[in-house]
Amino acid sequence: MSAEVILEVRDLAKSFGGVRAVDGVSFSLKRNELMGVIGPNGSGKTTLVNLLSGFVKPDAGQIVYQGQDITGWAPYRIAEQGIARTFQMVKPFYQLPAFKNLVVPLISPRVKRLAGGAYGDRDAVAKDLLEEVGFERDSWVINKQAAVLPHGYLKRLELARCLALRPDVLILDELFSGLSLAEVASLVPVIEKLMVQGKTIVMVEHRLKELFRIADRVIVLNFGQKIAEGEPEEVMVQDDVRKAYLGSEAED
Amino acid sequence: MAAVATNPTAPSPARQRKERLDRGIKVRSEDIYALNSWRELAYLLAPRVLPVILVLLLGFGAPLYWQRVLLSTMVFGLLAISWDLLAQAGMVCLGQALFFGVGAYIAGILNHYFGITPFVTIPLGALGGGLLCTLLLLPVLRLRGIYFAMVTLILPLMIERIIEATKIFGGTEGISGLTPLPGHGLELFLIMAAFWIALFGFRRMMTSDYGLVLKGINDNDRAVMSAGLNIYRYKAQILFLAGSTGAFAGAFMTHAYQFVGMPVFALDYSILPIASAAVGGLGTLAGPALGAFILVPMSELLRGFGGLRIVIYAVLLVVFTVGLPEGVFHFLRRKYTQFERWAEVSK
Repeated sequence: MSAEVILEVRDLAKSFGGVRAVDGVSFSLKRNELMGVIGPNGSGKTTLVNLLSGFVKPDAGQIVYQGQDITGWAPYRIAEQGIARTFQMVKPFYQLPAFKNLVVPLISPRVKRLAGGAYGDRDAVAKDLLEEVGFERDSWVINKQAAVLPHGYLKRLELARCLALRPDVLILDELFSGLSLAEVASLVPVIEKLMVQGKTIVMVEHRLKELFRIADRVIVLNFGQKIAEGEPEEVMVQDDVRKAYLGSEAED
Repeated sequence: MAAVATNPTAPSPARQRKERLDRGIKVRSEDIYALNSWRELAYLLAPRVLPVILVLLLGFGAPLYWQRVLLSTMVFGLLAISWDLLAQAGMVCLGQALFFGVGAYIAGILNHYFGITPFVTIPLGALGGGLLCTLLLLPVLRLRGIYFAMVTLILPLMIERIIEATKIFGGTEGISGLTPLPGHGLELFLIMAAFWIALFGFRRMMTSDYGLVLKGINDNDRAVMSAGLNIYRYKAQILFLAGSTGAFAGAFMTHAYQFVGMPVFALDYSILPIASAAVGGLGTLAGPALGAFILVPMSELLRGFGGLRIVIYAVLLVVFTVGLPEGVFHFLRRKYTQFERWAEVSK
């Protein structure tokens, strides 16, 4: 694994009213690394995702992506640079058939640029991507209106929509939430395959067991602050981490 | 297609359910297969060509009074199309009168103060009106839903008051004696052409990839942003297209009535397109246009009732929306493309 830093976050802070949702968080992400972000509810995980993807502007701090300062950029510009994200609350393009959901990112300027100016057959690319995340090819689900898809498929669709952008960095906001054990088990190989393809992934997750199997490194947030960082096994034995999780994860 | 509701009046209620299926001819006439036979082709063309012919016959066969009704019907139809176009891109507009009024005033001013012919003032009114309205609404494009709607509701009323207070462009009197278009026939033909071009053109646009993005913005604008697309650029473009459509209607009406004044910013022009969309069916462009063809002539037919006209009109509006909540267009399309039958429930 190369040690090149792809994303550098320095002293990032954001308050909503009096609440310090993210309070001076720093970390650096190496290329082709899978970093987990964990923490109890309300610890600032989703705000961190929103800050990284540009949906929320930071009060202080800096985000440097591939040597470029992208702090405060609009979401579409950050996406254009190759940072794609999923949303915790999956909301597909309800009116469109499942595979047409992917056509929206597929006509973005980034995809056109990477493809060398020509889009190619977008419907075919969309169906390939859906297959990659676990849809059966040519099944009825692919042509079904997204509004009627079950939750498990919507999560996959969300991931596929993210991949359609051909991102370098993926930020997955609780991708596993609401999925059955079997569904998670079938998604893990998909993510492992992405790592083999050289993607860099940030996973915000509550499903620790599955996350720890695939993560290279984990950072732990509590009350907006980073309280621990390291390899999964060494993080979970730290006292303050156990304290932060006590009650919320103890019964797990 | 999937089975739908159960019905207590079913022949033998316990064992049967109602099924709704695509008609064979609908499936056969999709794509290139429409060229299979004349029957398939006719099935495909009928709902598109027949209305055009019907309106043509109506327009040039009816007495002058009803020709004028048809003319204002199509003006409102254009406003309804413009409203639905915005709605499909996630912008709920309560002020179609803004587009209508700005277009009307631009055409009126150019004609009255500079003596420019209607053949130039109408296109200029449409494009200039679209541009001006886009610029006016550009700062509030970030607002969503009800907040955007409120601003659009207020703007036309505000402009109305500005004209009243500053007495510009004829103030409360308005500008009268404007140049009419040469001949009622040409007038009617012009508005028909604009109406059908807008309807078919925008419907075509909505099925393209560009339209797909607009639908995406309506469903989940954050996901479109995170797909690397600048949604404000798309919204501004749609605002311009919808604004120009509405402004064209206004500019045309100015010359048809040879008058422009404060009433062009009245609430009627904002409310009727929405009512048309509710009656005709949202999200298809054809629905709201059809709605205008129901509501405007209906309002004329009710003139005999005098003071009670509005009451009866309102009651009919309620009957329509309660009886056919999906909209007349969606209802007709369903009947045209699907059939229903009773099927045994296998359990």
